[in-house]
Amino acid sequence: MKTKINVNGTMKTFEVKPDEYLLDTLKNSGYVSVRRGCDTTSCGVCTVLLDGNPIASCSYLSCRADEHSVTTVEGIPEDAALIADFFGHEGADQCGYCNPSMALTLYAMKRELKNPSDDEIRTYLVGNLCRCSGYVAQHRAIRAYLEVE
Amino acid sequence: MKYVNKIRPSVDGKGLMMGKPGYTDDLADINSLIVKVLRSPYPYAKILKINKEKAEKLDGVECVLTHKDFKRIPMTRAGQGYPEPSPHDKFILDDHVRHIGDEVAAVAAADNETADKALALLEVEYEVLEPVLNYENAYENKIIIHPEPEIHEMFPIGFEPKKNVAAAYMMNVGDVSKTLKECDVVIEESFYTQAQAHVMMEPHTANARIDFQGRLVIYSSTQTPFHVRRILSQTMEYPLSKIRVIKPRIGGGYGGKQCLHGEFLVAAVTLRTGKPSKIVYTRKEVFESTFSRHPMRFDIKLGAMKDGTLKGIDVEVLSDTGAYGEHALTVFMVAGSKVFPLYNKVDSVRFGGKVVYTNHTPAGAFRGYGAIQGNYALESAVDMLCEKLGIDPIEFRNKNMIKEGETSPIFAIMGEGTEGTAMNMESCKLEYCVKRGTELIGWNEKYPKKVMADGKIRSVGMAIAMQGSGIPYIDMGSAMIKLNDDGFFNLMVGATELGQGSDTILGQIAAESLGVDPDKVIIYSSDSDLTPFDTGAYASSTTYVSGNAVKRTADKMREMIIEEGAKALGTPVSETDFDGSSIKSNGKKITLSELSNRLYYSEDQKQLVAVESYVGTKSPPPFMAGFVEIEVDPGTGKIELIDYAAVVDCGTTINPALARVQVEGGLVQGIGMAIYEDVVYSSSGGLITNNMMNYRIPTRKEITNMHVEFADSFEPSGPYGAKSVGEIGIDTPPAAIANALYNAVGVRIQELPITPEKVLMGIIKQKDKE
Repeated sequence: MKTKINVNGTMKTFEVKPDEYLLDTLKNSGYVSVRRGCDTTSCGVCTVLLDGNPIASCSYLSCRADEHSVTTVEGIPEDAALIADFFGHEGADQCGYCNPSMALTLYAMKRELKNPSDDEIRTYLVGNLCRCSGYVAQHRAIRAYLEVE
Repeated sequence: MKYVNKIRPSVDGKGLMMGKPGYTDDLADINSLIVKVLRSPYPYAKILKINKEKAEKLDGVECVLTHKDFKRIPMTRAGQGYPEPSPHDKFILDDHVRHIGDEVAAVAAADNETADKALALLEVEYEVLEPVLNYENAYENKIIIHPEPEIHEMFPIGFEPKKNVAAAYMMNVGDVSKTLKECDVVIEESFYTQAQAHVMMEPHTANARIDFQGRLVIYSSTQTPFHVRRILSQTMEYPLSKIRVIKPRIGGGYGGKQCLHGEFLVAAVTLRTGKPSKIVYTRKEVFESTFSRHPMRFDIKLGAMKDGTLKGIDVEVLSDTGAYGEHALTVFMVAGSKVFPLYNKVDSVRFGGKVVYTNHTPAGAFRGYGAIQGNYALESAVDMLCEKLGIDPIEFRNKNMIKEGETSPIFAIMGEGTEGTAMNMESCKLEYCVKRGTELIGWNEKYPKKVMADGKIRSVGMAIAMQGSGIPYIDMGSAMIKLNDDGFFNLMVGATELGQGSDTILGQIAAESLGVDPDKVIIYSSDSDLTPFDTGAYASSTTYVSGNAVKRTADKMREMIIEEGAKALGTPVSETDFDGSSIKSNGKKITLSELSNRLYYSEDQKQLVAVESYVGTKSPPPFMAGFVEIEVDPGTGKIELIDYAAVVDCGTTINPALARVQVEGGLVQGIGMAIYEDVVYSSSGGLITNNMMNYRIPTRKEITNMHVEFADSFEPSGPYGAKSVGEIGIDTPPAAIANALYNAVGVRIQELPITPEKVLMGIIKQKDKE
């Protein structure tokens, strides 16, 4: 079935199967930054923004995204670069596999929460698992990113 | 130092954050055949027949492989140097399956759906065999897991498959029985450590293609690209010279990607079909069909005098290697060799035991590599001994632990699968680490516990730990530096970046030696055609071994630049110097850019390339002291982590931010093993924790507070004083948390993980006694 999705500001038409997930549609179309981690919607690595809100693309049917906008990390280059600077300063980027999804979730959080507490930040990001960093360096970097106007 | 011991962002972090392709599957050929594996539903069975006709006839299926398609060549997937200290007890595909998830057959098809359909069309007839599922019953069990005649050890490792023994070992210093008899106080305790899953975010993946020279090119998410090339060649009987292994960016490994998994099958499919192919493990396959940590039982005796002098350590270990013996001996030995030298003043030590096969998912390399298991047993037992002696646990450790300038006889006796290497601790700031750790956690105010207003109890606990820096006389790293026109450099290393930051810190080491900005050193790593050899990223070897190789290479390049500069200036080499931007002598100067342009375009033309290697002659241990503060709810048994203070001696930190996060990340994996994570099987051998909902790794909600500091330390044999730091962080949490729990509620958990159920049962039992 034909599905029209605005990906990173460009309207695109995808031929998708009724049971196809957004992760596969995007990956198969060359958006390699959207990655698979777990198969059970547990890890957050496949996060993209749907109309600005983070979703797990591994369990979101592509046809549901018809006439919606999807943002991958390629769609937020300035913020991704800025977040990368803060992560880099803390040594928090580590293997980097989940970092595009981290950048997207952070980007959405910054727009959704005003002056979040430490606990609110952790709750917002709890679905973005990281096995490398131990989280506290990420948290320091996130705090610094949130301070940028 | 200008570029070493300085925080710099990693060389690849920003690009990866911005979504640039870099990981194995990002780089797979777009037309790759999809390789999928039919896996065993039984923990132990003989395959009587596989009917693959229907699958082969399915439109879009290119290839179906069973054990009949491979020559029977026993091998190990361990991903170690050669000859391996692991038994050759595995075949690419075999007519026996030895754990649920073991490979039965593989299909290669045009797309995912067709591959799935083909798997469903395979008809397999099994003779289901009775499995061995409890490792304490495996030794000399009537059920033999590896009866096949071809399997063998590469050199003596105590391999006795007829008794279900993958490896065995025994060592003695002094006469421990005699020592223990003479001790005032002896404790005898058993400890159990569980399996642990790596849960790297990127599942195992590999892809293959034939290039324009007709060579087999493998991209693999591996920690050991050179071992992958060798083992593929040996096992497939395909010339080494026709294989190129490229390790792109890796989405986490922690030891789990030291071993080979998908590489054999994509290589076989591509060689048979001539077409590119790829395999991406499902998360279930990562859990069931790769490796986890060796579960172990420790029976430990400690003997001490009334004055708190530790005199003897006697340890018997039983380790469970699962269905195959990958890393069986070496993980087992590290549980002794990188644990018991901590208490080096004892009269005698005995350490020995067996590694047995079971029909569970195989065990393999995992950060800590035996040391975390041994550390939990020893450091728990030390606190128990202190209580019996009535001595403060910190005073006891200060009195008995290893210090700078000292040694332990264990270093000379125990290596990894072989004899060890004697060494003195030229850098060991353990005393400082303990002292500073007590300050950071507030030990004197908080020890042993404090009852809070809501009835919860806060307490502190601690443990000390050591690890290593590579395997002496075995691990080899090498580097090549090429000067380019305009005066920048390529640094080619075999060392494997897997997210730990090795590309970044090796670049910093090269920049420091050359005196140039790190931006002028372009690093490229882990490509078997283009980079020099390196054994790979394991055994905490990269900073120390590969780092030393890079330093030597950069020093040599510096000399070559001075020599060529002197020639250009017409001055004696002895009076010429290079300051990182210009070569100067007696008031004359030529910039590096001018010199290199001269070398490549105008006069005395030649390419400057420096190559050097390094093999460690010892393995200087990083040390640390870990202090934890927890809050225990005595009504539920739940433990909450309040703070973790870690003070680490890894010599010089090449990049303090990356070193710190290596420790923080290690701590959280250790905390996971201590209180959250468990690999659980059903009574029929099925893995219950085969997805990320059932297998729980720590989230950012539990880990809110950690303080990591580094001791001011310098290891003379390390590059700019550095030791390795990749593993040490993981070792202390299980014992430190177990000790803190005991300090809180008087319950001693001797079987990991420390779950609320166990804690509450302990509290209830204690109340019943009262």
